[in-house]
Amino acid sequence: MELIAVKNLSAWFGEFQALKNISLVAERHEVVALIGPSGCGKSTFVRCLNRLHEEVPGGHLQGEVWLDGQNIYAPGVDPVNVRRGVGMVFQKPNPFPGMSIFENVSVGLRLAGISKRAVLAEKVEQALRQAVLWDEVKDVLKRPGTSLSGGQQQRLCIARALAVEPPVILMDEPTSALDPISTAKIEELIQELKERVTVVIVTHNMQQAARISDRTAFFLLGELVEYGKTDQVFTQPQDERTERYITGRFG
Amino acid sequence: MFERISLRRRLVNQLMLGLLFAGAILAAVPFFFISWYVLQKGLGALSVEFFTQTPVGPGQQGGGMANAIVGSSIMLTLASLLGIPWGMAAGIYLSEYGRGKTAQTLRFAVDLLTSVPSIVVGIFIYGVIVIHFGFSAYAGGAALAVIMIPIVARSTEEILKLTPQHIREAGLGLGLPRWRVILRIVLPGSRAALLTGVMLALARVAGETAPLLFTALGNQFFSHSLSEPTSSLPVQIYNFAKSGYPDMEAMAWGGALVLVLFVFIINLVTRALMGMRWN
Ligand SMILES: Nc1ncnc2c1ncn2[C@@H]1O[C@H](COP(=O)(O)OP(=O)(O)OP(=O)(O)O)[C@@H](O)[C@H]1O
Ligand SMILES: [Mg+2]
Repeated sequence: MELIAVKNLSAWFGEFQALKNISLVAERHEVVALIGPSGCGKSTFVRCLNRLHEEVPGGHLQGEVWLDGQNIYAPGVDPVNVRRGVGMVFQKPNPFPGMSIFENVSVGLRLAGISKRAVLAEKVEQALRQAVLWDEVKDVLKRPGTSLSGGQQQRLCIARALAVEPPVILMDEPTSALDPISTAKIEELIQELKERVTVVIVTHNMQQAARISDRTAFFLLGELVEYGKTDQVFTQPQDERTERYITGRFG
Repeated sequence: MFERISLRRRLVNQLMLGLLFAGAILAAVPFFFISWYVLQKGLGALSVEFFTQTPVGPGQQGGGMANAIVGSSIMLTLASLLGIPWGMAAGIYLSEYGRGKTAQTLRFAVDLLTSVPSIVVGIFIYGVIVIHFGFSAYAGGAALAVIMIPIVARSTEEILKLTPQHIREAGLGLGLPRWRVILRIVLPGSRAALLTGVMLALARVAGETAPLLFTALGNQFFSHSLSEPTSSLPVQIYNFAKSGYPDMEAMAWGGALVLVLFVFIINLVTRALMGMRWN
């Protein structure tokens, strides 16, 4: 069965409809790339996959999102439980203020009931290594997370999401603030993660989408214009608008 | 080439700047005047006895305000124990959950409470507590707490609202329940500012006299329990200052100096905290 199945999803901010009747499925161990022009609803879409959209004042939606055989919008489902199984890296880096680098990464582990210092230290190191940040921070783990540079903060947030090893990870433009080397390493990481988890990644970088994803979704003005195998979307797009967008002739 | 600024404009500029400067000086003058005056008048009254002994009758040598200092400390502690958690709870509610009409009304009520004259708070506590249980440190603490609650509530709310929404979302996204996001992320992230709000509320009530007159009354001696009339610095200062006896007036100045120093110190500590970078 599909790990992610979105059925007729529409989402609003107050009166404004940001997503229009989206349906898509993704299998386990796949990387799904979301592409589309700014403001087309990519962030809104990923935020519907972990029930964060409803936290925005005026945010509401219709439709179903099935994760691992369960409709996360079924009555009685606790959004807190949904979010524990879905890691998220936000578009803007948002380390917790007043927490050290170590605490930023370990807070989710503590929440999951891990309190042994040694285990925490090991998992934190592992997550920071995966996020390609370890070498830069290993001697300053006590420093506040907010004292890092923008790109380092973004990698810290990646580590924070990875630490709890969720089966689904949502990444909203995780590499937009990173240099080419870190970007390449994060892309490598996503390839590794595929072994265990399903990754949904928003990106403005066509090459990146083509390189790392198995499926690509092209959004436009709140609609899902095209969704399919990545090679297919990039080599033989079914929709003319997709073709125009990926070849950079949009406008 | 740019034209030179005309002489007239330069003169007007200088004049206006001078006026503003004079305004700033004049605003600060009372502060220096009060500090100097209180220091000059009060310093002579301070001694070891002042901090260790209770007052003596008019015309007698020695004596101090130890009971008032202890009484004030006790009542400020009681007020803090009641007012800080209560005020913070209210502030947290208003900031984190307070959407819609009810919250709007509550917010307005809290604002109004901030501006209720403190003497009215005193009469209120007199009516609901003192009439039934008599004058006591409890009643005094309660009156001060009622003054603290809205101040703490509003400062807490304003401070928590400064925490950006995306920080809260980061916590929610990790699967923390809302209350844990508040407790573990939002509050620790603003602890310096929150502490500042609390300290300023404490400084504000430390010098309150009117609400204590009706509630703790005052006491020439140490109180034996919290349910007895209790001395406090402001009330003691008030009583001594109007006594007409020079010794007692001198004591009152000593008390005033201690009170001013206490409030200054709170403000200085607060400033140090604000300057400190916790993030
Ligand atoms: N909090 C909000 N309130 C109202 N409208 C919003 C809000 N957030 C987003 N929108 C609107 O919803 C639409 C989709 O926004 P979204 O953030 O999902 O776009 P995006 O595809 O992620 O864009 P970008 O590539 O710039 O990040 C936009 O038109 C945006 O203006
Ligand atoms: Mg976005």
